[in-house]
Amino acid sequence: MDALLELLQNDARLSTSQLAERLGRTEAEVAAMIADLQAKGAILGYHAVVDPERAGQRHVSALIEVKLTPERDGGFDRLAQRIARFDQVTSCYLMSGGYDLAVLVEGEDLREVARFVSEKLSTLDGVLSTATHFQLKVYKQSGFIAGEAHVDERLAVSP
Amino acid sequence: MKPLQDRIAQHVRSLPRSGIRDFFELVVGRDDVISLGVGEPDFCSPWHIREAAIFSLEKGQTSYTSNLGLLSLRQEIAKYVEGLFKVSYDPASEILVTVGVSEALDLVFRALLNPGEEVIYHEPCYVSYNPSIVLAYGKPVTIQTKVEDNFVLRASDVEAAITDKTRIILLNFPTNPTGAVEPVEELEKIAALAIKHDLIVVTDEIYCELLYGGSDGMSPGEHTSIASFPGMRERTVLLHGFSKAFAMTGFRLGYACAPTVLTEAMMKIHQYSMLCAPMMSQQAAIEALKNGAPEVERMRRSYAQRRNLMLKRFAEMGLPCFSPGGAFYMFPDIRKYGLTSKEFALRLLEEESVAVVPGSAFGQAGEGSVRACYATAYEKIEIAMDRMAAFVKRLG
Repeated sequence: MDALLELLQNDARLSTSQLAERLGRTEAEVAAMIADLQAKGAILGYHAVVDPERAGQRHVSALIEVKLTPERDGGFDRLAQRIARFDQVTSCYLMSGGYDLAVLVEGEDLREVARFVSEKLSTLDGVLSTATHFQLKVYKQSGFIAGEAHVDERLAVSP
Repeated sequence: MKPLQDRIAQHVRSLPRSGIRDFFELVVGRDDVISLGVGEPDFCSPWHIREAAIFSLEKGQTSYTSNLGLLSLRQEIAKYVEGLFKVSYDPASEILVTVGVSEALDLVFRALLNPGEEVIYHEPCYVSYNPSIVLAYGKPVTIQTKVEDNFVLRASDVEAAITDKTRIILLNFPTNPTGAVEPVEELEKIAALAIKHDLIVVTDEIYCELLYGGSDGMSPGEHTSIASFPGMRERTVLLHGFSKAFAMTGFRLGYACAPTVLTEAMMKIHQYSMLCAPMMSQQAAIEALKNGAPEVERMRRSYAQRRNLMLKRFAEMGLPCFSPGGAFYMFPDIRKYGLTSKEFALRLLEEESVAVVPGSAFGQAGEGSVRACYATAYEKIEIAMDRMAAFVKRLG
């Protein structure tokens, strides 16, 4: 299972037949393993990792530190889940340390992100404060180094 | 003036050119080729190791080190070797850090052989064994292992090759180019022979972390070193290095572990020729030994997956292939096509732009096979396998 996840985490485009070849399993076995991982929520989804700058996308993203008032039943969960549902929010984590939630937000431009923070996020009951940090440049994203293609410089034939 | 050609020493002149070199020249300059002809990992050295080398340069560590290598490195090697090979060596006097295992091989033959003394080793094998022995004025004595016998080195064959001139048995398991792993019971018999005939064993275990256990090859296998058998430590020179498992070929770093007298003899030559291995490589190697294990395992799993892929594709195209227990090579049997390994490799290169190494480059016993390395990107292996399938189909 670990090897399967490792392969998919590196390249989710691999077909079940390719996965089966690499893992020394049958296609049916691999399909069942994937179905199982999806059913129990271990695999949340699949997507391309995009460097918006090189893709020419209009894109702004920000990390927002959010402080919340925990609730008597459920702590931060209800409010965090509510924040996570907004389309602009790409990731949302409960954190240890100086603030409670780290909320990653994306939008087409600065104004869109600013509007989301001022109109949606900070107006929620229980949100005590927000601090918004805009992302300036991507060096690495989801395990991939930006703008760097590995060139194989090995000798074509060697002992 | 005498022709310059005649100035070349006789024993150098008579050395044949490497079959690998010949083939390399055919491949060079063709950019459409997918090469399965490499003998090194496709991974870069893990970043934390490269970073340690950079840090070492930043600190200005650009001097010579002790001839034996940095003591701190030898201490780490001693710990690592004890864990992996179950043999302990004293970092102060029984470990010599060398410029790759290649240098260690050269040292051990030069240190131990008098002219004409014999070294027994198994073919197909790494291309340097024969020349290293010849350049030390030794006499190579080869044993031909066979695909029908899973490239096992039979102790009975070793015994038959022993003469009163035999000094060394040289072993390489897992083997380059076959990926063969020696069964422990056969290894025990070879150890008994070494003791009975009072021979030194030189064991090149450079691929020992790259084992593929279990039916799917995914679990790490258990490595057994001949050095760990009773009575063997005192007559064994254990060679290992960083090139393969840690993907550090360009760092050029290996080591020899042996009883003090032997280490001292090798060190004598090393101090007058190499002096010491590069310090930044040694610093990187310390980092590799301290923190590299997870990366080694990650790379091993990746090789295991590509090994599975190649095994399956060879089976599908009807190309008989021995299932290798280690290293990162396949050694398929091409005899049914009626071509020599060189003809097969040349035509595969010309017709399908896939480079494999003719088995004959690894000695007489390699004829009838080609070496295909799976330390190459999956996508490239997939294309290469499609092309090879089309090629062998045409051969019929």
